[in-house]
Amino acid sequence: MSYESLLEVTDLINEYVACIDDDDLERWPDFFTEQCIYRVIPRENADAGLPVAVMYCDSRGMLQDRIVALRNANIYAPHFYRHLVSNTRIVGESGDEIKAQTNYAVFQTLLDGETKVYNVGKYEDTIVRVDGKLRFKEKLCIFDTYRIQTLMVTPI
Amino acid sequence: MDARVTGGMDLNWPEPGVCDAVPYGVFNEREVYDREMERIYQGPTWNFLGLAVEVPNAGDYKSTFIGDIPVVMTRDDDGNIYAWENRCAHRGALVIRDSCGSSDGSHTCVYHQWSFNNKGDLIGVPFRRGLGGNGGMPDDFDMKENPVRKIRTEDYKGAVFGTFDWDMEDVDSYLGGDSVVNGHVKRIFNRPVKVLGHARQYIDSNWKFYAENTKDPYHASLLHLFHMTFGLYRSSQTGGVRLSNDWNSVLFSESGTDDEKAMEEIDDAHLRTFQSDYSLEDMSLLAGRAGEWNDNTTLVILSIMPSLVIQQIQNTLAVRQILPKSESEFELVWTFFGYEDDDEELTNIRLKQINLIGPAGMISMEDGESSVICQQAISRSRNARNVLQMGGRTPEDQDHLVTESTIRGFWKKYRELMAY
Repeated sequence: MSYESLLEVTDLINEYVACIDDDDLERWPDFFTEQCIYRVIPRENADAGLPVAVMYCDSRGMLQDRIVALRNANIYAPHFYRHLVSNTRIVGESGDEIKAQTNYAVFQTLLDGETKVYNVGKYEDTIVRVDGKLRFKEKLCIFDTYRIQTLMVTPI
Repeated sequence: MDARVTGGMDLNWPEPGVCDAVPYGVFNEREVYDREMERIYQGPTWNFLGLAVEVPNAGDYKSTFIGDIPVVMTRDDDGNIYAWENRCAHRGALVIRDSCGSSDGSHTCVYHQWSFNNKGDLIGVPFRRGLGGNGGMPDDFDMKENPVRKIRTEDYKGAVFGTFDWDMEDVDSYLGGDSVVNGHVKRIFNRPVKVLGHARQYIDSNWKFYAENTKDPYHASLLHLFHMTFGLYRSSQTGGVRLSNDWNSVLFSESGTDDEKAMEEIDDAHLRTFQSDYSLEDMSLLAGRAGEWNDNTTLVILSIMPSLVIQQIQNTLAVRQILPKSESEFELVWTFFGYEDDDEELTNIRLKQINLIGPAGMISMEDGESSVICQQAISRSRNARNVLQMGGRTPEDQDHLVTESTIRGFWKKYRELMAY
């Protein structure tokens, strides 16, 4: 593992969470490859080897559909997210693929101004290079906070 | 009776037998909540504990709740499933402290290591005869008289129910015997199931706002754009509602059966939830597999007294436990399942369609939100009443989906159980 690739992966993850926190969600699918996996998995399922994810997209089109639904279809309380990410580690590199893990905490603020710890977990990412830029081929968000407050509409 | 559980009698109830309105005080008063824990959850009701496949082997256990009372279900060497209140007979500590696991058949409280077998009988008390001639339990202490509080259980087609009322009728009669409601339970539990996973939501709302939601075919076209726009469910479709035991209900519908005139009326109504130009980039989400049950039914919501929902939406299958935590909070626990004989493709269809249901479901998330905004609205409305008159004023079976008939059935039985 090179220091350069760690820097590059960290940069990708920082840009990814900034995109969500800045409500620039229409750009969110661009962080993924065309054929991709995005799964948001309660830790109790991951630990028990059970496959259920609360969000499960297997194409960039499905990621786009999530955002269009969030903007135009779904009913939920308006809110902001703030991701804090840390402890990024590269845990494997083979050929064109980098495997990385990162801890995250998402704070959620509703429009009454109160901020709560909403979702804490880790990313397990498989990253590839497309046209010179790193993209997520697979992103698993395994969350410890498996009792979700009310609902989840904004991606993690 | 305990003074705390006599609350709610002074609420602005309609005349006895009238169930087309209830006073909002029933949703936010601690005294009403305490009375529910006494009269409903520890009364003549069968409470869903889990799926039998969650405790496949002798010694396996799962902890859950009846109302807000912690309970455990375990499987014994005799093959049967037993349940008991998760409260040590000694000094009241939790005996089981994790959500599920396996044991050698003895369950030991960590506090003073009193241990119980799968049936809840006391089998071990450390230092019972004292140490070096000192202490110990009195000679007349009888192990047999100190079990944990036992719960009667029944494994009904793979769904395990428990009750504190040892005089209850069996689960089959409770669900309505040959009723359409019970027919839908049997349709879903027609063969061995396998658990695919869980999800949990904590919702700042009284549990009954959610219970009403699960009995409400009227809202589904008007709150959920995905249902309406993609025709997964519309009030214009072939479908209906059926009741058993008043409180138990099923609502069911068939996609693709929209009545033409009703669709014209929907178009004219300019509803937020009907957007003919809305489409998906990746339609594979809605592809699914038709005819899985050899019928045309694409949506079934069973709402079973007091706190169980069994659902089929497209190819998804789930049970939902509505677990009250206080007069203004409940936890919603989803257990998603398929059948043991599912092929890999069908399992993947079910997993993908969970995008529609659960905490992040593009349909089901909205039910959590609707419960919250009801709770937020009623803080000082104890004697104001809601309006439950869509489709009539009585609980009855109906062959359409423009109704609140099943909500009226719920309140009819609720008043009976609560003696309001």
